[in-house]
Order: sequence, then C-alpha cells, then structure tokens
Amino acid sequence: MSSSIAQLAQTLRERNTSAVQLTRDAFAAAKASHADLNALVTIDEAGALAAAERADAALANGSPSALAGIPFVHKDIFCTNGLRTTCASRMLEHFVPPYDATVVEKLAAVAAVSIGKANMDEFAMGSSTENSFFGATKNPWDAARVPGGSSGGSAAAVAAGIVPYATGTDTGGSIRQPAAFCGITGLKPTYGRVSRFGMIAYASSLDCGGVLARSAADCAHVLAAIAGHDGRDATSADRVVDDYAGTLAKPLQGLRIGVAREYFGAGVAAGVGAAVHAALKEYEKLGAALVEISLPSAALAIPAYYVIAPAEASSNLARYDGVRYGYAAKEPKSLEDLYTRTRAEGFGAEVKRRILVGTYALSAGYYDAYYLRAQRVRRLIANDFSAAFKSVDLIAGPTTPTVAFKIGEKTSDPLAMYAEDVNTVAVNLAGLPAISLPAGFSEGLPVGLQLIAPAFAESALLNAAHQFQLATDWHLRTPGGVQ
Amino acid sequence: MSIDAATVRHIARLARLAVSDDELAPIAGELNGVLGLADQLAAAQIDGVAPMAHPHEEMLAFRTDAVTEPDRADAFLALAPDARGGLYLVPKVLE
Repeated sequence: MSSSIAQLAQTLRERNTSAVQLTRDAFAAAKASHADLNALVTIDEAGALAAAERADAALANGSPSALAGIPFVHKDIFCTNGLRTTCASRMLEHFVPPYDATVVEKLAAVAAVSIGKANMDEFAMGSSTENSFFGATKNPWDAARVPGGSSGGSAAAVAAGIVPYATGTDTGGSIRQPAAFCGITGLKPTYGRVSRFGMIAYASSLDCGGVLARSAADCAHVLAAIAGHDGRDATSADRVVDDYAGTLAKPLQGLRIGVAREYFGAGVAAGVGAAVHAALKEYEKLGAALVEISLPSAALAIPAYYVIAPAEASSNLARYDGVRYGYAAKEPKSLEDLYTRTRAEGFGAEVKRRILVGTYALSAGYYDAYYLRAQRVRRLIANDFSAAFKSVDLIAGPTTPTVAFKIGEKTSDPLAMYAEDVNTVAVNLAGLPAISLPAGFSEGLPVGLQLIAPAFAESALLNAAHQFQLATDWHLRTPGGVQ
Repeated sequence: MSIDAATVRHIARLARLAVSDDELAPIAGELNGVLGLADQLAAAQIDGVAPMAHPHEEMLAFRTDAVTEPDRADAFLALAPDARGGLYLVPKVLE
C-alpha cells in the first residue's frame, strides 16, 4: 500500500475498508515479497488480526488516533510481550519477552496494528542488514543491492508498500541511511525523546527509537504517538511533546539552512551531491536562505563513534551469558566454558568484532588513549553543532555518500562499511534530531537529503521536510511493482 | 599500538568470547584496522576539553521511591536455559 497514513485513516473512518482488511492486505504483500526481499523475520497473523478487530471496534467508537487500524511493523529490536524478539541474532532466536517495550505499548494504546517484526543487522550493528542471522534483506529498488541498515527490514517493508510505516532505531544512522537507500523518509528524534525501555541495548548513550515512513507528515503522526517521558527509562526526557502534525503547514520564508561543506567531501558521489544541491535549490524557492557553514571536527566523528559505540556495546552485551535467557552452549564443561562458547556460538562476526574493539578500548592501559579521548572528541563534535545553530536553524547535507551499494560489496571490509556512516554518526554523538528525506535519484537509485536540527526541534525538521514534500514528488516514487 | 595474537587472546578472555587459534591472526588484522581508524583521534586538539559521556549530561532523573514492578520471577525464570526451584542453574564452580 502506498497510501499515506492520513488517506488510510480517512478511508477507515468512511468505512470504505476495515482494519482487518488492511491487515490481511499487509499479510498478502508481506508474503508475496518475502522470497525477494526478506524484510520481515516474524509475521504475527493471530496477534495482528486480534489487534485489527480491536481497532475496528475502537474506530466504530470514534477513536481519535490517526494510526488506529493501520498496519505497521516493528524493528525486531523492540520487545513484544509473547512474540519472539530476536535482534536478528542466533543469541535471541527463540527469545520471547515477557513484557512490551514502551514504544510497543504506546502504539498498541492508539490501536495501531503491528503485523510483525522487521529484519535488521544483528543487535543493530551494521549499515546493510547483511549482518542478520536470518539472512540479508534486499533493496526493493534493486534486489542485488542492500537496503541499508541496521533498520533495513523496516525500510524495505515501507518502500515495498507492505506497510505505510515501521519503527526503527538509530545509533549511528540506522534509520536515516536505510531511509535514504530505499527512497523513504526516516526520522531520528532527539536522544531521550522516545523511551528506550524494552528496546534492546546496543550503545546506550546513542541509541534512539524513531520511525520510517513515506512522508514527513506520516512521521509526524507516528512520532506524536511514540514520544514522551517514561519513568522506566532514566534518560527519557521529561518535556512536553510538541504538536508535530499541527506545525507542518508553516511557510519556510526566512528559514536559515546551513550547508555544511564537510558533508560534501571527496567520498560523496557526484550524482548524490548533484541531487542534494538540486534539493537545496528547491528550498531556496520555498523561501529558505542557504548559509555555508563549517563543522570543523566532522572528520573525527567516525573514529570517535567506532570507539564509543563498541565500548558501550561490549558492556551492554555482557548480559548474554547463557544463564538467564537466550542461546546457551550445549554440554558446558565449566561456567567459563558456558560463557565463552555461548557467546562465540551465539554472536555473529560483526558483533564479536565490536565487543572485542570495545573491550580493548576500555581495558587497562588503553582507556585514556581510546575511550576517554573519544569522549573529549565527542564534545568537540557537539560544540560544532552548538556553534553552527547560533546562525542557522537547520543543517543540510547528503544522508549518505553514495546510493545503495551491492550486496556483498563491503562485507569483507569493515572499514568501508563504517565509512557509510560518515554523515550520520555525528548527530548521534551530539544527541540531536535529524531526518532523511527522498531528494532525487542517481544511477536510478534513491538519494537522501539529511536535515539536522537543535535538540527537541523535531517540529522544525518535520515542517521543513513536509514543505519540501508538498513541492516535490520524490517521496511518492515507488519501486516497480508497488501498488 | 599494534594488536598481536596474544593480545587478541587476552581481550577475548576479558570479553568471555571463545576464539580458536586459527581465528587469532585474522581477528588481530581486523582489530588493527578498526584501531587504526581510532588512532586518528590522536590528532584532535582536546586540551582542556571535558569528556562527554552522554548527550543530556545535565539530566538527573528522580523518581518516587516506590515499588512499581510486581514479582514476576516465574516469568523471567521460564526464559532460562536451565532453572529449578526458583534458581538459575550453572555448571558446578566448586568441586
């Protein structure tokens, strides 16, 4: 389905369809595309149909939520009570959580209908969704290419028209980069805007729940439903949730967009740069002023991220010990043997690599040179943004340096894979909100424009993205075969 | 700082990850690659810059000191590979 959330909500209220019907349509689309895309790891027919029936009842009673009765998928990193939650890892292949994540609870509370769980890079570590225990997800625009990652299953499911939106998480670009590669809109909110409770931890000072959808208007509806303070997450922000849908219509006259020269470096493909520059011209037509800015520490973001994120991961993933839940090695000879074999057999190569890098960076003798230094550089990066936002309202650049790359192209070269995150990781280090929106095509594949805003300025981001989408139709383009 | 096979063995021990002898050299190569990236941090001008551990450092959350979680020990023990009598079972650590 390529209809917007607003269109579907209206169709439901006019009784031209039902939540049960939309849910059956989503199952059919998911099954039809499964062999080609591998976007979902679990389809929950029984649970979804029961939720759809409840949604139809809620709609009959005048449910006010724009999301009521509309099917979607959760990234398989959000714990779902009674439904297996794998994080695309052998470690959690059969893990059935006894509780719901806050994001899951909040979407269920507005009668949204989750049809299943989306594929991802194992424990959200990756930029291609090739690091999944359940096999790679493919890009709906070209099945020989990756959908990006780690929220690649979520992005592919939306781009392929299986569902109008999906939840995702973004630790270093994992919502924005797959949104860019799949030609959809992906919003990473401010750190703390969306509760992390029940969201399986990768790097806790960077992890951020968000949404992937066709348009900024759709993202606004979903963010409104999932944002908010949560006493179960000590890092959740105790701030009022803005009226995101209500501020979309504001004209952009006078908006100052900073164009960061570092985001157009040598690694940015010519076609990507051209599409992004054309999109920025469109913003000028809409009344925005482009201001050239500099983020001097931008080049240090990847090195800092690939110390801090693995360090936090090595600590977070210490919990997988074969004792309390998840995979356990068979016939352990000792407790040590249980731990070490459980982890060697249960984790994939990239997860182990990051655990080892993080353990090294935190180990005696290296902590100052790596972890502490990376944290100081993190502040330089955050300071760059604070300085820039004194003279501009938003910062723009390409979300990714290239369009979607081929499956297998970077799997043997971790550093080439990490370089994918060059324009996205700084945002996580600073904890800011950012959005990737479709900005054109290069080589027949979608290009994403990234907009970055000051903390908690999601309204400004969504407003700017929506105005662009009123003037352009890149976000309405769909790969062949999508109805 | 270059990582050799002995260092990989040491880190893997700290991380409780079983690594076979054949894997030591390839892992050392990969880790040297990633740490080569991290070594770019050495050029940063960080004198007098305080470490930043978190995006919202000023935030300190308080909550009412009250029990909010019901006792769900059975639901959690049911997830364990091996549990009996309300306890997680592990291989014997004392002979």
